[in-house]
Amino acid sequence: MSKPIVATTSLAGCFGCHMSILDIDERILQLIELVDFNKSPVDDIKEFTEMCDIGLIEGGCCNSENVHVLKDFRKNCKILVSVGECAIMGGLPALRNNIPIRECLEEAYLNGPSTKDANPDRIMPNNEELPIILDKVYPCHEIVKIDYYLPGCPPRADLIWNALVALVTGDELKLPYEVVKFD
Amino acid sequence: MSEQIKFTIDGKACTTEKGTNLVKAAKENGVYIPILCHLEGIKPAGSCRICNVKINGRFMTACTTDVADGMVIENITPEIQELRKIIVETLFVSGNHFCPACEKSGNCELQALGYRYQMMVPRFPYEFEEKEVDANSNKFYIDRNRCVLCKRCVRSVKSKDGRSIFAVKGRGHKAIINIDHELANQLSDEEAMEVMNTCPVGSILKKERGYVDPIGRRKYDTQPIGSEIETINV
Repeated sequence: MSKPIVATTSLAGCFGCHMSILDIDERILQLIELVDFNKSPVDDIKEFTEMCDIGLIEGGCCNSENVHVLKDFRKNCKILVSVGECAIMGGLPALRNNIPIRECLEEAYLNGPSTKDANPDRIMPNNEELPIILDKVYPCHEIVKIDYYLPGCPPRADLIWNALVALVTGDELKLPYEVVKFD
Repeated sequence: MSEQIKFTIDGKACTTEKGTNLVKAAKENGVYIPILCHLEGIKPAGSCRICNVKINGRFMTACTTDVADGMVIENITPEIQELRKIIVETLFVSGNHFCPACEKSGNCELQALGYRYQMMVPRFPYEFEEKEVDANSNKFYIDRNRCVLCKRCVRSVKSKDGRSIFAVKGRGHKAIINIDHELANQLSDEEAMEVMNTCPVGSILKKERGYVDPIGRRKYDTQPIGSEIETINV
């Protein structure tokens, strides 16, 4: 039987959750025995080439590209897992949810301490090539159906490992108290 | 000696003094009933409902109930546990609880209840309502994004002459906690620390403190909330 196929992506996240996947240490050798990777920053495959079994989503949706990628993952993965606080509730990017979008952009490109003297023409990026920023940062499950959730910032490596192994082998998922944390 | 009365919690025979508060009586008998708005020593409010138990078949808040002789109490049933989980989830979506960015993380009672009831994601949509931070006091600031309106601070924090330092402003979903800055500035550092510890969440935080305890050594990192009363398997 062929190995289950895993895809991963980082939307509005910091790649910390992907770092936490690497934090499984030497078990990474078992991981490559256990699964194959498709679209993922881990192997740098940019587009889906086949239907995947498990999609791990890091980060919430802060722009139109995130929504596009997330919907693409939903279409191409049988099981989608929200990995980390950003995917689950927007996380730190969602701190902007109560600030009007114009104010955010002005702070970033016009008034911020590092930009106010460096941007004399007061240019704000606005090109059709660029993804459109959303009114707020959305948790993934408010955009598409998500099957499982792994909280943490980042989720502990043991949590990701236990969950992945349970999904692949069909064994019961054990969740020791120490591994489920929101920070 | 005062009168001893008998009652049961989930079939376990318990005894206590007549007139004892149920949360306290349960604790004396090694049974944990979760609390969030309640704090031993202050007048119970029964506002958060997390301590809901079934007494003689009816839902009642344990913190506002004194034990009576022969009471039959249900504490851990799938129905009650699910109800408590729903309350925790509701609190998480109605505030802006960014655990990774909160100084109270790891020592927060709301978060600890989330761990205890294994909340992986709230079942309700996030509200992301706009709330304000008031940092005008010298000793601490109040971040209303994290406030669960338990009113512990309103009920327990008083000045030396008995005046309230915190008060509720507004009603219903517009209610917020306000500080009397003049009175608050008279508090010592130790008293300000006590105020911070009174708050079950990271809403009232002492200034110039930051992230003191490293991850792994915080209150609820390895031990679930309530495990000092009752060994539990989460």
